Amino acid sequence: MTEKTQTPPAHTEPVVFTRDQLDWLPWLEPAAEETLTPRQKESLVDAARAKSPYFRLLARDPDILEARTRTDKDIFYNPQAGLPRAERELAAAATSRLNGCIYCASVHARHAAIYSKRERDVQKLLDQGISVDLDPRWNAIVAASAALTGIPIDFGPDDIDRLRSVGLDDLAIIDVINAASFFNWANRLMLSLGEPATTD
Amino acid sequence: MTDMINMLAGIAPGSALDKARDARPEARRQAQASYDALFSPTEAGTFSLQDRFAVAAFVAALHGRDETRDFYKEQLVAAGASPELQVAVASEAFEARTHGPYGHYPAGPLSLENSDGMVYAVGPTARHVLGQRLATAFEHTHMLVYHPRDAAPASLQAMLDAGWSTTDIVTLSQLVSFLAFQIRVVAGLKALNARPA
Repeated sequence: MTEKTQTPPAHTEPVVFTRDQLDWLPWLEPAAEETLTPRQKESLVDAARAKSPYFRLLARDPDILEARTRTDKDIFYNPQAGLPRAERELAAAATSRLNGCIYCASVHARHAAIYSKRERDVQKLLDQGISVDLDPRWNAIVAASAALTGIPIDFGPDDIDRLRSVGLDDLAIIDVINAASFFNWANRLMLSLGEPATTD
Repeated sequence: MTDMINMLAGIAPGSALDKARDARPEARRQAQASYDALFSPTEAGTFSLQDRFAVAAFVAALHGRDETRDFYKEQLVAAGASPELQVAVASEAFEARTHGPYGHYPAGPLSLENSDGMVYAVGPTARHVLGQRLATAFEHTHMLVYHPRDAAPASLQAMLDAGWSTTDIVTLSQLVSFLAFQIRVVAGLKALNARPA
């Protein structure tokens, strides 16, 4: 028996990059909330994610979902030294902007704006894309994220030198590499398993 | 504990960079756990290990970084791939290499940023070797690697029609997307390792 993709209910698709809250509608059938096994619930890490169709779809393979989620949390939330949270979010937003993930960009641009209090600069990144001129430090982080995101990957010693020249130490550079690389993972899942919708 | 990312990036145990990575211990451990979940799963189910490594070898070859390309090529051999399959994966990756990300946006202001690129189809010889199921996965994978913003339900339906279950598609999507992460982390750390402070 061949399965079928799902047709999302009527909705309005966002046609610009935005910091507004968006919905995400799956093209494949998520596991039903009431049928989640104990292992699937555990793989969500946060119990509240059982409400999210995205995480319930990924819970079809709980082992990789749990490892993915725990990787994500340490890259972005570990408060010990390294790059400030705002700039990890900036790397995530820049990566999402270049790959074209309107949903991911909305979430992480919102976070970048909140943690940095630089709403105008974050909005400029969304409006103008990764060639935007912000300040030397943010330009370096955006450029490094873009170099890691392009394929072939064009990230090398010059990017390291540029990041050091604007004040990043080894751990902060690791955070940029991790954040941009992780969003090359997240963007592909969000873009290919469903679509964003405006929430009115 | 095995740390594939350190191994592929050539980071020596106990080096300054190794210690710096320890400041994100969970990210480090869970990146490895992700690799293990995908490539030594408790149950491979209907997505065989050989097929997992065939897709991985294709993805790594598309990215063109020696360290990761060679590793997954060797893993495909170790998974028991026939010489014909090894050749098909390598030759398809050679034919399918391009520059990304490209693709289309929903009609509107972003249409100005639309960029066209290769829409890859497996060649006839390789299709015979790969079989319809794996060939369809390679086509879906190429979209995920180079132009994920072109994703649409039709590509998923093609996967379902070729015999992939919904759960298998989730695993394949995770596998390709995880590799997009791992290959970049390795490339990034390798550059950092080559440029000590």
